[in-house]
Amino acid sequence: MKHAGNVEAETQPASRLRAIFTHRAIWPVIALALIFLVDGIISPGFFQIRVVEGRLFGNLIDILYRATPTALVAIGMAVVIGTKGIDLSVGAIIAIVGAVITWRIHAGDPHGLVLLIALAVALVCGLWNGFLVAVLDIQPIIATLILMTSGRGIGLMINLLYGGTNPSFTSPFLQGLSVGHIGLIPTRLVLFGAIFLALWLLVRRTAFGLLLEAVGGNPAAARIVGINARLVIYSAYLISGFCAGWAGVVLAADTHTSDPVSIGLYVELDAILAVVIGGGSLAGGRIYLGMTLLGVLVIQALTTSILTSGLPPEYNLVVKAVVVLVVLLLQSANLRAALYRMFARAKP
Amino acid sequence: MKIAKWLGGAAIAATLVLAGSSAFAVTIGFSQVGDEGDWRPAFSKDMQEEAKKEGIDLKFADAQGKEEEQLKAVRAFIAQKVDAIIIAPVVTTGWGQVLAEAKKANIPVFLADRDVEGDKSLFVARISADFNLEGKLAGAWLAQASKGNCKIVELQGTVGSAPAIERKKGFEAVTSLFPDMKIVKSQSGDFTTEGGKKVMEAFIKATDNLKGICGVFAHNDNMQLGAIQAMKEAGLKPGKDVLMVSVDYVPAMKEALAAGDANASVELRSAIGKYIYPVVTQYLQDHKELPKWIVIPSDLHAAKTAGN
Repeated sequence: MKHAGNVEAETQPASRLRAIFTHRAIWPVIALALIFLVDGIISPGFFQIRVVEGRLFGNLIDILYRATPTALVAIGMAVVIGTKGIDLSVGAIIAIVGAVITWRIHAGDPHGLVLLIALAVALVCGLWNGFLVAVLDIQPIIATLILMTSGRGIGLMINLLYGGTNPSFTSPFLQGLSVGHIGLIPTRLVLFGAIFLALWLLVRRTAFGLLLEAVGGNPAAARIVGINARLVIYSAYLISGFCAGWAGVVLAADTHTSDPVSIGLYVELDAILAVVIGGGSLAGGRIYLGMTLLGVLVIQALTTSILTSGLPPEYNLVVKAVVVLVVLLLQSANLRAALYRMFARAKP
Repeated sequence: MKIAKWLGGAAIAATLVLAGSSAFAVTIGFSQVGDEGDWRPAFSKDMQEEAKKEGIDLKFADAQGKEEEQLKAVRAFIAQKVDAIIIAPVVTTGWGQVLAEAKKANIPVFLADRDVEGDKSLFVARISADFNLEGKLAGAWLAQASKGNCKIVELQGTVGSAPAIERKKGFEAVTSLFPDMKIVKSQSGDFTTEGGKKVMEAFIKATDNLKGICGVFAHNDNMQLGAIQAMKEAGLKPGKDVLMVSVDYVPAMKEALAAGDANASVELRSAIGKYIYPVVTQYLQDHKELPKWIVIPSDLHAAKTAGN
């Protein structure tokens, strides 16, 4: 499936053009290019990249830097959606992880151990979702809604364990993972790259990826050929939990505060949106990790552009909605077919 | 025999104590918005502690930020026949019906914090700080510190919320008196540290490292604390290169002021039980007409070492 573009491109020039215009990456790329074009016009110097405080510094870096937590959540979400599931609890997992980190640092645990505890908690959250979906067979949207609605409350309860309302912490180690830099490159980008690569290899270079898509694409057929669907679904939610947990580490260490009410708020919606912009279908059966990343970049480029543009904040959400609508419209197969017909008719 | 007599005596004594407490203790229902941020939990805690001090029987209900929870809580207070109800409204609209029910049950209603729209005769008084005044105080401090010449970036609160609207209005009312004071960038950081940090990162890029910017006005401290982090990560010195003024005066801001990372913060008092309860208990005794809005004073706290 992922080589469909290449196969067609090897035939005639006309169909090569057609192949480009029917490749699923084209519309998000055009959207991204348009956003950057507008940026270049309204704010000169938008693309400038300098070295400040020993690391790369500029709007483009900001986009990657700020996109990291959403990107982490989104690639986990892409895997879950690939199994015909959905994970609404990712924002809540981020809140719980942030609270656990702050709590354990206040309790005096070594910071390496705090990181392990935080990730273990995220995996337990994933296990819980997996249990509800795979074992109890509850609809994923409802199953993960349970943790979504209760998770931020759990975060607040953890904060209350040691009497804080919005407690902050200091941890050179954890903050280094989030806001530090390796050479010129922000550490969070390097770590994201490693996680992404590992997940990509798992999904694209092992049989496990095939199993994931099989369970999502046709659960009945998957069962008949002897795939243990329960185990596969469990692992999908574990992956999503881990990714959300890592996003929680990045976000909590960023402001070094535990604020369960607002941390990672609505990140689940941005992540689902990124998967859809990346061509993933909520009906399952397809996992496009790279395309999901492209979707995240479109969303974050838009957000950063709005912030630098000087647009009054009242318009933020409207502009975002319009751009997302345009991208999704362009992606619509029906609209694409109509555009192609127009293109074909225009030729003699 | 002896035991029965003793029991009887105890029962009479208990009845007397109970009767006594119900005759003198005032029962107040307090419907709180939720427990978001730093300020609101502190406000809730103070209301509960002050009530204990004043010997008030406080029934506390947390609406978890939901309007329907709050309406439910207020109706429960009416059913329990409390002496008075204090509401910190989640939203400003949709209050007519339930306030009319309270009025019909002869239970006076007081508002804390936010206002409500509609018929003002349905509640006795609103007791709160004046967001507009907070904005004015911040603007006045910045005007004085910059001698009326300042390019400002603004971190707004949640779009459309009353404190964001009023603090902006108040701030601009003062800065507009000075021809050389101008807000050059303004965006919403949603009242959160994360939001303030993100927006400041973008502003730093958009203004070439805050070149020519002399002040940052944040609608709350959490956003300002995020902005301070972003500026430090970009190698800037908040509080020295740029004047930092915000609203709330939360504990973390006290530390930032002491460290010289921020310059001034207008206190939004969270310990306001001592302003609210006397008004309510006094009204329960004499039922004297009160002004519709009783303002709780605001103070500006400036760092000892002023910037520049």
